[in-house]
Amino acid sequence: MKKFLKGLYIAIILLFLYLPIGVLMVLSFNESKSMSIWTGFSTRWYEEMFSNEMILDAVWNTFTIAICAAAASTVIGVLACLGISRMRSRSQKVIMAFNNIPLLNADIVTGISLMMTFLVFGISLSWGTVLLSHITFCIPYVILSVMPKIKQLSPNMYEAALDLGATPAYAFRKVILPDLMPGITSGFLLAFTMSVDDFVVTHFTRGAGINTISTLIYSQVKVGIRPTLFALSTVIFVIVLVVLVISNVVQNRKGARN
Amino acid sequence: MSRRYFASPFIVWIAAGTVIPLIMIAYYGFTDRSGAFTIENVVSIMGAEHAQALWLALLLALISTAICFVLAFPLALILKDSRLGTKGFMIFIFVLPMWMNFLLRTMAWQVILERGGIINGILTGLGLPALDIINTPAAIVLGMVYDFLPFMVLPIYNTVMKIDNSLIEAAYDLGATKGKVLRSIILPLSVPGIASGITMVFVPALTTFVISNMLGGGKINLIGNIIEQEFTTSSNWNLGSGLSLVMMIFIVLSMALLSRLDKNGEASLI
Repeated sequence: MKKFLKGLYIAIILLFLYLPIGVLMVLSFNESKSMSIWTGFSTRWYEEMFSNEMILDAVWNTFTIAICAAAASTVIGVLACLGISRMRSRSQKVIMAFNNIPLLNADIVTGISLMMTFLVFGISLSWGTVLLSHITFCIPYVILSVMPKIKQLSPNMYEAALDLGATPAYAFRKVILPDLMPGITSGFLLAFTMSVDDFVVTHFTRGAGINTISTLIYSQVKVGIRPTLFALSTVIFVIVLVVLVISNVVQNRKGARN
Repeated sequence: MSRRYFASPFIVWIAAGTVIPLIMIAYYGFTDRSGAFTIENVVSIMGAEHAQALWLALLLALISTAICFVLAFPLALILKDSRLGTKGFMIFIFVLPMWMNFLLRTMAWQVILERGGIINGILTGLGLPALDIINTPAAIVLGMVYDFLPFMVLPIYNTVMKIDNSLIEAAYDLGATKGKVLRSIILPLSVPGIASGITMVFVPALTTFVISNMLGGGKINLIGNIIEQEFTTSSNWNLGSGLSLVMMIFIVLSMALLSRLDKNGEASLI
């Protein structure tokens, strides 16, 4: 009986979490625009989606911004970690406190403050301002992922490499970088997802006519929901599912091997 | 060249992307359109419309945080006990929706609750009267719980999993009842996770303007909606910044309160 109740509880929460996504998936194959009546199977909303310039544009913007933001914030963040670890512990603490501000602050405050800063300094809002803003809120995630790995580095290894005749650059590539790699990868991926998922900061810092997936959905929902968005969300969900399942399996394999 | 200078691009970035923008908010919040010092923007939170928006935001954020906790805590305990599949897999299922665009997740509820939506379709099909759930505070709370539940589940699950089972067994061996074990062992040891879960739900719920806009039909204003409107439609940066300063006070207060519970910061998500 108890086991049954526990199972029921898990099932109800799963239903709560997945039913809305399921509803969108089913409606994306509905022939009519109705949101409650099934009128027949059709893939017309998918065809409409793949021929909709605005949607394709938004998808392109989302991913180019995310890749650029993740790459730039990873470079800046890793360099920062290497530098910060050589500072006195007091300066380290101060810098890490500043690093945490964008993480703890509300998105809306980050968004409006960046927007005001751009405009006050005469930078008109565009694709570039979105990228700069994304780099700003991505860097802290990279630093949080890489910093613990830096702390685990043994300084002796690097010095031993130098004593054995390695140049600093060679020692860095062969000794330090491999140890940092797991942190760098997870920092990059975290930055990438944060950028893809962001709506609020993009909403305030984007130039006219620049849309990411999130801002496009927001503006479309205001005028009236069309089933093309259901098709889009189905595609996104399936991609997310596949990527996460693969990465989970790979991680479990790695864990099993170690 | 000292390695310390590797941090220079980052420090420049923090100065330009975090410090200067915050100074902007403070500057605009305490000046009027002509640039003269004033506290009017901040004090305007006392005005009927703004005070009500802040009050409603606090209330809805508190309610949804409470609901998320009530749902997530038993779930974490059940997952700790059960042998359902591999450890990582179950929690993976519960946080998976977190990775999907949250506007799409909110839109899903809009579709379900809509007057011509599925719930009302079923109700009228059964000959029952249609419900007006959309555009009410209840719909907004539902959306908040749905969007932020994984942020409560994950940190609580992480701390609950770290609790040493032998502690629990020892308590039982010494004659503790189930309730006693829950109250004296499990709950105190999960406090760090609970604290970080509460922060991760409360702050975004308090400051949201998206959920209230999509599920409130634009008629219910939370403090986030008022601030957003000052920056987009009314272009009154001074008032918007002033109100943001007030909102930030509440964020800082709630964090200060909760960080005392999670002293070691051990329950952070990353």
